[in-house]
Amino acid sequence: MVEGQITITDYQTGNTKHNWDLQKLKKGHKILTKYTYKKGEINRGYANRTLYVNLSTNTIKEKPVTNDMKKKFTGGRGFGLKLLWDEIQPTTRWDSEENELVITTGPLCGNTQYPGSGKSICLSISPSTNIICDCNVGGFFGSYLKFAGFDALEIQGKATKDVVLIVDDEAGEIRIETAPHEETNSHHLNEQLTHLYASEDSEKARQKISVISAGKGAEHSYWGCLNFSFWDIRRKVARMKQAGRGGLGTVFRDKKIKAIVAKVKHFDGISNHPADPKKLADVGIKLHREIRDLDRYQCNMRTVGTGHLVEIMDQYDLLPTENYRFGSFPKASKIYSPKFYEHFTKIIPDGCWHGCTMACSKTVDGFTIKTGPYKGENVTVDGPEYETIGAGSNMSLWDPEWILEFNFYCDTYGIDTISTGTAIAFYMEMYEYGILNKERCNGLELCFGNADAVLEFMHQLAQGNSSEFITIAGKGTRRVKDWLITNGWGDPALINEAGMESKGLEFSEYVTKESLAMQGGYGLTLKGPQHDEAWLIFMDMVNNAIPTFEDKAEALHYFPMWRTWFGLNGLCKLPWNDVEPINNAQTDEPSKVPEHVQNYVDIQNAMTGWNVDKNELILQSERCYNWQRSMNVWLGRGQRKDDWIPYRSMGPVTEMEYISRKERYDKKLHENLGIKKKDLEHKTVREKLELLYIYRREQYEKLTDAVYYRRGWTPNGIPTPQKMKALGFTDKKMLTILQKKIDSDEKAGLNAWGGTYKKGESPPTKTKKYWEHW
Amino acid sequence: MVNVLKFYPKKCKGCLECEKACSNVHFKTFDGKEKSAIRITKTEKGYQMHVCDQRGLCLDMCPVGALTRGKNGAVLLNVKTCIGCQACVGFCPIGAMRKNDIRIEPFKCISCGACVRACPEHALELMEKSLDAIKQVVYHKLGA
Ligand code: SF4
Ligand code: SF4
Ligand code: SF4
Repeated sequence: MVEGQITITDYQTGNTKHNWDLQKLKKGHKILTKYTYKKGEINRGYANRTLYVNLSTNTIKEKPVTNDMKKKFTGGRGFGLKLLWDEIQPTTRWDSEENELVITTGPLCGNTQYPGSGKSICLSISPSTNIICDCNVGGFFGSYLKFAGFDALEIQGKATKDVVLIVDDEAGEIRIETAPHEETNSHHLNEQLTHLYASEDSEKARQKISVISAGKGAEHSYWGCLNFSFWDIRRKVARMKQAGRGGLGTVFRDKKIKAIVAKVKHFDGISNHPADPKKLADVGIKLHREIRDLDRYQCNMRTVGTGHLVEIMDQYDLLPTENYRFGSFPKASKIYSPKFYEHFTKIIPDGCWHGCTMACSKTVDGFTIKTGPYKGENVTVDGPEYETIGAGSNMSLWDPEWILEFNFYCDTYGIDTISTGTAIAFYMEMYEYGILNKERCNGLELCFGNADAVLEFMHQLAQGNSSEFITIAGKGTRRVKDWLITNGWGDPALINEAGMESKGLEFSEYVTKESLAMQGGYGLTLKGPQHDEAWLIFMDMVNNAIPTFEDKAEALHYFPMWRTWFGLNGLCKLPWNDVEPINNAQTDEPSKVPEHVQNYVDIQNAMTGWNVDKNELILQSERCYNWQRSMNVWLGRGQRKDDWIPYRSMGPVTEMEYISRKERYDKKLHENLGIKKKDLEHKTVREKLELLYIYRREQYEKLTDAVYYRRGWTPNGIPTPQKMKALGFTDKKMLTILQKKIDSDEKAGLNAWGGTYKKGESPPTKTKKYWEHW
Repeated sequence: MVNVLKFYPKKCKGCLECEKACSNVHFKTFDGKEKSAIRITKTEKGYQMHVCDQRGLCLDMCPVGALTRGKNGAVLLNVKTCIGCQACVGFCPIGAMRKNDIRIEPFKCISCGACVRACPEHALELMEKSLDAIKQVVYHKLGA
């Protein structure tokens, strides 16, 4: 559809039409609990209440949001941390009764004038990592939850049979209903529930519904994602965005939640009741114009979304191929963004929330499925985004149509494309070495590039296949590493260093071998190796703008804090730097995009009526960031050993990798270790691998030292009580936990720097217990 | 077919009766100026009109379907449906979709002819044009 100006009613996708028996579905619903509430005024971005639901006891109640809570935690992810802190225990694991799934909004969530203002932030204890995982996701749910009167929704306990939770703003009710007949997989379920709960048979009414769902894959793996729907009035499809990382969909299905539905009665451009709506509109229009004028010359987000990154990453040797062994591939041009552009539907406002003119949420409509239970059905595929395409290249799969099918099944089965792709890429490498084989893989020939085997694996997984391989493989890289090692099938060092996970979570799709700062960006994180905390590869590797440990540490302080800020407010990160003002390069700190930072200062002030500056934004994040790290410490993690990353993310693990980039690595050995070129010629590849290994591991430890120091932590990575107090925290329980941990680290000798500092080098400070002098 | 305003600058005397009539249509006031969808300005070259030419690029920008073509072919904004995102304001290539501080929802020329009727000098006229001749689609190509 390229003509444009097609009236909404006339628009056709070519998707298979379904005639759901809504009456039958509805009759199957039994109301287990109903809670009536009176919505309060939403004022300056806050509903000032949160909603608590317990599925074990069928209890529903409201909790007040205090001014102190806003001051310390701002909103969004910060509120999520606070709610979890009040309800879970240090012993809580992902499947514990008391584990919660929290969905939060943030003061700017639901704003329509500034692009990227409709994000929900989900938190839970993750099955992959057993610490807190947070995901930032689009779709309408967060905005609708707030407009229904709640800043956050907290779900504890487990239901005994599949239930749907409905936040019904129209009726002023929260209900828990059984839902026995609906499908579990998302693309059908979301459509069924949208039709079922819409007040009337119209696109307008359907657009007032947002559904959260997972799928069969989420039930049988640790990769479960949450699909947040947003009804598209043109395509007439319940499109969806994913809270992908860390298995929150697995927690969701473990709680026997089939879906959560929000139904909003009415909203408009000022439903948040901002302090200064004029300012919000002015700043918003300014950014809309910037996107209009510049996007086509910059990232092309409006035409291909984040997929534009594929060609750039391939060009810079950063596109993971064959389980991150390489960063580019001769076949990669087959999956460059123009190939997907051919498939994408054009000229539709593709924002995942209203008013996002960055509009990166592309789809392929009328796509015919070729395998599995939906074979032959014509569907809308949401995506693929860069990470999903990267997951394809990581498995050495170069067919755009195959990637679309993979994308579709991951979404509808409710599994994360990143974790799934990264883990399977690892299994494929193990298959190549004979550590895995057909017999060990339940009959699947899981070698690089075997498109059919990957889909077959996913179908078996979603069907709940109980073979040993499918069961363990679905739990991800960390568990498979243990399984392979326990069985004695391969060299433990190779298995550990090649499997791309840290903290139990799979890496997202960037090769970080030549960027130390980015290794820190993946390793020195809260939830695990996801690029949402920092993306420093170009700054570090291409522009060499942060050469010293201190520079890198500063970047690994500032950017994680800055990027955390979006999640406190219900915002999307992309409109910050995926479009840049025309004079950005001439500013003093182009990588921060100063004009856009000022936009965010302005819109937070305009919404809340506060009077903060850019430093205060960083402080808001620093509070939550440190609190989350402290909670991880409380959960028994969150220390140096947990910030370990596999060597595959630092350098060549195998001889083949070394040889493929021999010139580069020889040069590094010469430059970094002072080995004479002549001497290098006499060394075997194995010897050179080892030299590089020792050097790069050491570099990472030194970087860790510098970062911990900059963040105000101990050498073991523990936030210090002094730092927490400086941030305004007075919670005795937390301060005591941290002090006790630091004291026991002292006894265990862990309050010492990790790097070995030779003559002429020095650690961040030589003062012992430096934090006590603050 | 679509009705589009045509301006005869030589006839205009700059009385701004058109703006006043327009603001009355949109905001029930005769203030004109920022509350009018049509704006007349005096330049060195004489009077100039600034108003929507009904090309309709914004139609494909609206996430809630608040923008549609009316019977007269003009692009209409349904205030009740609009959620005030300003996408249409920001993307209008000629700045003819306007935002006034009175309300969050934008406003624009609807080719109603109030200004035409108000103009004492007959400097304005509603012309019928073919939709295909004026229609424009929002930028969607890959690459600059
Ligand atoms: S930039 Fe993309 S992901 Fe972010 S809000 Fe806009 S459409 Fe959604
Ligand atoms: S401001 Fe209103 S009419 Fe304009 S694009 Fe947004 S919702 Fe549509
Ligand atoms: S009413 Fe007629 S003469 Fe007066 S300013 Fe408008 S166009 Fe010109």
